[in-house]
This record gives sequence, C-alpha cells and structure tokens, in this order.
Amino acid sequence: MKLVIGIVRPEQANRVLEALYRAEVRGFSMSRVQGHGGEMDRVETYRGTTVQMGLSEKMRFEVAVSDDFVEKTVQALCEGGRTGEVGDGKIFVVPLDHAVRIRTGDSDEGAVTPVSK
Amino acid sequence: MSGGIDTGDTAWMLVATALVLLMTPALGLFYAGLVRSKNVLNTFMMSIAAIAVATITWAAVGYSLAFDGDGALIGGLGNAFMSGVDFAPREGTTIPELVFFAFQATFCIITTALISGAVVERMRFGPFLVFSALWSVLVYAVLAHWAFGGGWLISGGTLDFAGGVPVEMASGFSALAAALVVGSRKDYGRQALLPHNAVFVLLGAGLLWFGWFGFNGGSGFSTGDPSVLAFTNTLLCPAATLVVWFALDLMRGRKVTAIGAATAIVVGCVLITPAGGYISPGWAMLLGALGAIPSYGIIVWRTRTRVDETLDVLAAHGTAGFFGILFIGFFAQEAWNGVSDGLFYGNAAQLGDQALAALAAPAYAFVATFVLLKVLGAVMPLRATDREEAMGMDVVQHGEEAYVTGEGAILLLPDDHEKVAVPVADPG
Repeated sequence: MKLVIGIVRPEQANRVLEALYRAEVRGFSMSRVQGHGGEMDRVETYRGTTVQMGLSEKMRFEVAVSDDFVEKTVQALCEGGRTGEVGDGKIFVVPLDHAVRIRTGDSDEGAVTPVSK
Repeated sequence: MSGGIDTGDTAWMLVATALVLLMTPALGLFYAGLVRSKNVLNTFMMSIAAIAVATITWAAVGYSLAFDGDGALIGGLGNAFMSGVDFAPREGTTIPELVFFAFQATFCIITTALISGAVVERMRFGPFLVFSALWSVLVYAVLAHWAFGGGWLISGGTLDFAGGVPVEMASGFSALAAALVVGSRKDYGRQALLPHNAVFVLLGAGLLWFGWFGFNGGSGFSTGDPSVLAFTNTLLCPAATLVVWFALDLMRGRKVTAIGAATAIVVGCVLITPAGGYISPGWAMLLGALGAIPSYGIIVWRTRTRVDETLDVLAAHGTAGFFGILFIGFFAQEAWNGVSDGLFYGNAAQLGDQALAALAAPAYAFVATFVLLKVLGAVMPLRATDREEAMGMDVVQHGEEAYVTGEGAILLLPDDHEKVAVPVADPG
C-alpha cells in the first residue's frame, strides 16, 4: 500500500483526471499548492514595484493505492502531466502504514480499493 | 454660448457622453468575469486599450470620415485632426460640435472593445492594439457614416436610432470573422472553460445597462421627444428580454441562471438600440420579448460548433442588432417618432429600407474584418503560443496577475534588475 503524490501544472490537471479515470483509479484528492522547482522565475511589475515570483501554482494529487495500482497511477500522472517543459512537476511514492474507510471501518487494502456501491 | 445652442440639451449630452464612456470599463468587467482567472487582466485591458486607441483614431480621421459631408460611402477629411470641431453647434443639433464629437467617440470606443470578446484568452495584445486602430477607422467610421453621417443608408431612409448598424451588427459580425481568423483556443471543445466570476458578469451587465441610458437617451442629441422615448424604452425592452430569458432558461435547464440574466440585459439593450426613438413603449416590450429568442438560440447552437466566438458577441450584438433593425420596419410609428411608419402602420417601404441595412452592414463588417485580420496575420502572429495560452495571458502579455497573493514574491530593487529571469536552479 502506497501513497502516490503527484504535483502537476494546473493547466494539466484535467488531463491528469482523464488519465486517472482511464487507469481506473477512482479515489484521490486534489489541492492547490504553490511551489518551486527548476523553472524560470517570473518577473512582474505592479505600479513600479518589480518582484520576482519564486512560487508557481501547482496541483497536488494524493492517491492512496494498493501495491498493484502504484505503477498504473504513476503512469497516469506522467502521461497527463507531461508537456516536456521545465516545471511539469514531480511524483513521490511513499509507504502507507494504515488506511481506514470512515463509513465502514474497512482498513488497509480494503479501504483503498474502490467499492461499486 | 454660440447661437443655436440649447443649454438644456448640451447639459444632458455632456452627461450622456460620460455615461457611454462608462460602458467600456463595464464591458471589460462583464468580459473579465466570463473568462478564466489567468486571463482576467488581459481581457479587461482589451477594453481599456480600445479607449486609448479608438479615441486617438477618432480624433485623427475617424470622426471626419464618419461625419464630414454626405458622400454615399464615406465622409471627407474636412474634420480630420478635429479641424473645425469647436463650440459652434453641430449641423442639425443644438449642441456644440465638440460635445457631438465626444459623444460619438464613445460609440466608436465601445464598438471596438466589443470585438475583443471573440478573441480573448489567446490573441496577443500588440496585434490587438493594431487591429483596434485599423478597425475603428476602416469598419466603424465607414458604417457610422452609412447609418448616421449622411451616407447611403440614412439618406435612403434606413432608421437606426443609436447604432444597430455601426455598433451592434458591425461588432457582432466582425467578431465572427475575428474568431474564424484567429482560431479557437487550444482547449476549446476539449475542456470545460468556465466563467471565473459570475458576480463581475452581473455587475458589468448592470453598469452597461446604466450607461445605455446615455447611449440611447443621448442619440436624439437633445432632451426632446425622441430622446425621452428612447430613454424609457431602454428600461422597458431589456426588462421584457430578462423575463423571456428566464422562461427559456427554465424550459431548457429547469433553472434560471445568473449569467443568462446578465446576457439577457445586454441583449435587451442591444435590441432597443436601433429602435429606441422610433417605436412605442408597448412595441419596445414586445421587441424585448421576441428578440430574446433568436439570441438565445444562437448561443445554444454556437457552443456546439467548432467556432470559438468566445463571449458570444455575434449572438448578443449581431443577432439582436439585426432583429432590432428589422423590427423597426414593422412597428415604427409616426405618431410616436414623427418620422416614419413601418409595415404594420401601412408603410411597407420602411421594411425594405431596414432589410437593406440588415444585409449590407453584416456583409461589410464580416468581409472587411476578415480581410483586415488576414493581412495583419501575415505581418505579425495574431495569437499566443500554446505554451503561453496555458500559462495565461495576464502573466505572458502584461507581467501581472489579477489574484496575486504575494507569497513567494521577492522584491527587486532597481539595481537588482540584471538578476531578472535567471533560472534559480539549473534543471540540467
């Protein structure tokens, strides 16, 4: 059981959603984050105040999956998030100790496997 | 004051001019609410740019080409660079020509701004400035001459109170041409591209309606009967459009939508624009009610096509302007306007004059804009790259963001400027 964290460009988020859907990954959460990787900083000017914007808007996907789904999820994030330019983001896969589905109390593998009802 | 000037008329026209100028920032707000948050400033700036560019071109040659002399196709250059535009009354009015000039300038400005709705979220700012300058002269001034300035439409008997020809049909059909030449946004038809702030859209529409009282109410250039009739019709007609739009929304989606309501306000104001001073209040309400239907239909149909005429200028302005111009041909009433009757009151010829305008104006606007943008596109790229489109036009074209939080912003002092745009970490 792993937690897959994918940080992607906001404009690629819809493609990632489609790719996850096609990979039959049904459960995830998504949040807006700001971050910095290797991309160029943007320089912006507001009435004479010039600033260097060190942080870019990104979307962070968090997907808890059973071991069989790790590779599929990573593939989907890559496929949906890639533009080939610097700033496409990163994927982190981290071990997951324990998971609980609140509604039923199912734990671990059962909690991260989608249910049809 | 010079002889022939009426102080009451002049006072009203000064106010009306300011009201119409407000419509352009209002349009900017309306459009800005309809786009995504990364393109808000660029969208708003296109309207602001129209104020800058079209005012200058209007003073240089636009006003003269529109209002100097009564040539059939185009005016003269007698008033170029505002030559002879002074405190003396404009011929046929009781207001100084300077006021008449400024009032007409605000029309040229908003019409130029309207077209931006077709190309937002992908057209580059520089080419838009060039396009605005050329369009305001080559299309707006020409059509204003035809319909207002003594050209072949007005002298042939076409009735156009406040700009169904040069403002509404011109912007609507030019917008269609612009959308076709510039092309669709890269995500159009693939992703849902949603309005980012419906409150802006409603507030923008409300301010447009407010300004429209000057637009229509000022188009009689006096405080006389035609102005008073147009003013009140500007209240009645859009109200009727709103009610019918609610009904259409209810039939189609079982809910009355806010952005639909904002659109209906604009459509209703457009419908009454050509007809304002020519039809009775009762017919104005019927015009608002019936005219909602074709515009609503075009909006529903357009989004199913590949034509990314992004903010539906064709439906809101072109279609409604066309409908309003034709409506005059049926329901104009000499008892109310003192000028002419329509078909319904026994004068079929008026409908012919209106139909001529309804064919000529869209044809000229579409063809001229299409050719103008094709030529411009051969000289400079009209649109941003896909990469820039993805980042958003605000950062790419203006170096600003609408909803900046300030987190992660490092202040650059004047002598830091050589450091700019250096990648902080080398990606290898």
